Amino acid sequence: MSAPASAPVTRSDRHRPAWQSLDSAQLLLIAVAGMLIIASVTQVGAVGIEDSRTAILFGALIAVGELLRMIMPGNREVAPIASAGSLGYALLLRVGSEPATHSAFQAVTVTACGTFIGALPHIAVGRMPALDAMARRILSPALVAFIFRPLGHSSLRHHWPLLITVMALIVMLSCVAEVVAAATIRAEAVRTRFGIALGDEIRAKLPLCASSGATGMLIAVSTFVMGPVALLVFTAPILVTQVAFRRFAGIRATNLQTVRALSRVTEVGGYVETGHSRRVSALAVAMGRELGMTEEALLELEYAALMHDIGQLSLRDPIPGGATVLASPSEQRRIADLGAGVITKTGVLPEVAEIVRRQSEPYRTAEGSAPPLASRVIKVANAYDDLVGASSDRDRSAAVLERLRGDSAAEYDPTVVEALGHVVDRRR
Amino acid sequence: MRGLPLAAWAYVCTVVVLAASAIGLSSLDGIDWATLAVLALLSVICESAPALLNSENARVSLSYSAGLASVVLLGPVGAAIVGASAMVAWRREMGLEKRLFNGAQFAVSGYLAGVVYQMAGGTTGKPTNGSFPGIITPYLCAVVTYVAVNLALIGVVLVLGKMAPVWGFRWRPIGNLAAGQLSYGVFGLLIAAPWGLIGPFSAVLVLLPMLLARWAFQQTSDQQQAHAATIAALCQAVETKDYYTRGHSERVSRGSALIAEAIGMRPERVGAIRYAGMLHDVGKLGVPTKVLQKAGDLTEEEFAAIQLHPMRGLEIVRDIGFLDEALAGIMHHHERMDGTGYPMGLAGAEIPVFARVISVADAFDSMTSTRSYRAARSLEEGIAELRRSAGGHFDPDLVEAFIAAIESQGWDQPDPVAPPEGEDIETTQQDHDDPSAPLRVAGEGVR
Repeated sequence: MSAPASAPVTRSDRHRPAWQSLDSAQLLLIAVAGMLIIASVTQVGAVGIEDSRTAILFGALIAVGELLRMIMPGNREVAPIASAGSLGYALLLRVGSEPATHSAFQAVTVTACGTFIGALPHIAVGRMPALDAMARRILSPALVAFIFRPLGHSSLRHHWPLLITVMALIVMLSCVAEVVAAATIRAEAVRTRFGIALGDEIRAKLPLCASSGATGMLIAVSTFVMGPVALLVFTAPILVTQVAFRRFAGIRATNLQTVRALSRVTEVGGYVETGHSRRVSALAVAMGRELGMTEEALLELEYAALMHDIGQLSLRDPIPGGATVLASPSEQRRIADLGAGVITKTGVLPEVAEIVRRQSEPYRTAEGSAPPLASRVIKVANAYDDLVGASSDRDRSAAVLERLRGDSAAEYDPTVVEALGHVVDRRR
Repeated sequence: MRGLPLAAWAYVCTVVVLAASAIGLSSLDGIDWATLAVLALLSVICESAPALLNSENARVSLSYSAGLASVVLLGPVGAAIVGASAMVAWRREMGLEKRLFNGAQFAVSGYLAGVVYQMAGGTTGKPTNGSFPGIITPYLCAVVTYVAVNLALIGVVLVLGKMAPVWGFRWRPIGNLAAGQLSYGVFGLLIAAPWGLIGPFSAVLVLLPMLLARWAFQQTSDQQQAHAATIAALCQAVETKDYYTRGHSERVSRGSALIAEAIGMRPERVGAIRYAGMLHDVGKLGVPTKVLQKAGDLTEEEFAAIQLHPMRGLEIVRDIGFLDEALAGIMHHHERMDGTGYPMGLAGAEIPVFARVISVADAFDSMTSTRSYRAARSLEEGIAELRRSAGGHFDPDLVEAFIAAIESQGWDQPDPVAPPEGEDIETTQQDHDDPSAPLRVAGEGVR
């Protein structure tokens, strides 16, 4: 009953040296970026820097953007202003009346220098950048630079409509490349299918990619008309975007934090064992991932799992030990209904209420359809935690798994029980 | 707008006629019709989806950017036509006269801004290499004119239509609105600057980040509401157990915010105290039900269990990051000014201000609600009791601030509750929040 909450087992790799916790795709990406930077710096060192004033201006913009980097939901590090600046420099054709003739190597050098300078203050206060995200922030504009710099000096530059179309296409290509790279790394890191990770990544990245791309192109074009002032002026729209997204990320994080904290009311009230809600939600999310749920679905699942026992608050007396798996089916259903009632009252998250409402239903129902996947996941995760609790005894967990397998097909969804099996195996 | 006063009708007609004559009486020669068509289309699209700039309900439309871009690119008449195009915006809820007025006022604003732009020395047409920085001053004059004319025209119709008072406008929202409009107006120059090179592309490139920002702001405000609703729902869930205390958290939250506003706290702190008031009794869940419902004297142990509830509450909400200052309020809301409260026995100014505020609202709501052992007291009795305990129990300044706030803004006293019939009723027989009927502890008299 009073066992301490189990240590987070899934992140046991936290204490290893940094390079060991990197997956192969991450390592590859970082290595490529590193080599490209070394090559570019060497090349620029050999032939000298062209138009150093503009280079410094763009470098400064990139550094500021990097300084203002932020974390989006799903622990994604982004720096839209820095990305816009480096894209702008890669696409730059003319500053006022002077043509900009810098090479792609110089574009990479400026991007890399700006990025490192902007990262320094963060490192100084102990916030290490996510190396793979940083590598992507350098590689993506580099791709643009290497395709566009040679084109920009051809006769194409006199046909504006064509030129801007080509710019847009190249920027989109770099966006796609970045999203694919990010999805590959993510699929490896959170053990999900590539297709799912790609979808998540597109939803999460597309708005910011589009903003950075649009602003980068604007900066490149407007420096024609306005000279270097354009840099400053055209950062305004994306600054608004950044503020908006930062707020959004902030409130989303707060929301989750609040629900996580408040899910403990059932524990403090003595309705369930200490740590039950959190363990169930961690288990449910791991199983959901195993089952190929998208990030959005996982968030709903996490909310529902955290609040799955909230209906118990309306019970007169706590169920002994808090284990709903031992309560009668009608009692279980009543708790689920009461819980769903509470969540419905919030007026938001209607899906979460539905998940909670149907969590007690058996997999094979005589009438109607099977409950939603998330409900089935919570049912299994809850049963497992009720029977195993915070114990890390292998025999016990194996016995419980056997018991759930025995009940599957009628009570529990067999695929979900198998997913639990995988998750539990991995934790051992 | 149905049933508008005659004056308002006359005014709307005047503005429409003004707009029509501004367009009709001017020469349309030399207008770049292709640019005009694109800008008008843009204006219609933007006007169809007004942006929610921030949590204040200042709705600013991105069509300002289009309107001001047309001031530079097309001149007064062109700007007037682009403004008038807002008439056909796809907004179902708008009636015909509202559409007409909306288009007309944009047209008049655009026309006047165009005139001011030219008077200040701006050249109409696509900006070129030599335009900067000379274009900036005339452009800023145009933006200010546009926004000022726009606000004035709308303000007058609101007053005449009796939708706003003649005097006593609330300036703060108007200021926010104007700031939003000015900044959107400035984006018009960003659209105009590269127009000569890339044409309509520039509008797309400028507005894309803005539209995405608008989307994100919308999502943020949804999430904020979700957040508040989640906390409220959970507090209600905690309260459902006791029939008599339903709605208590909500009212304490409101009362605490009243006091906080009255003593001039910043809006962020008022927001935080709102949450703290809502969550102040969440720890009561940790007190066994039989103790809360005990009719007779409490034993020492039972009293200790009740005294623990602020700490239990703290335990639950400690991990919620945004609550920093509010945590102290939750933990110390049962301290008394004379130092005889719990859990720490702090006195006077040692007690965090959040806690002192919550304690006043908490006690007041408890006294003015029905309890199983007594009927609700009237507001006057509650106020008198607060005054009596000021100094010993409550912070006198906060008591006075609260009383003044109730007197000016009112207080929703809960309806008298009758216990449900049939079931054997469970309810608290003593209320730890009620200063007028302190808890009875065996052997020690009252607490």
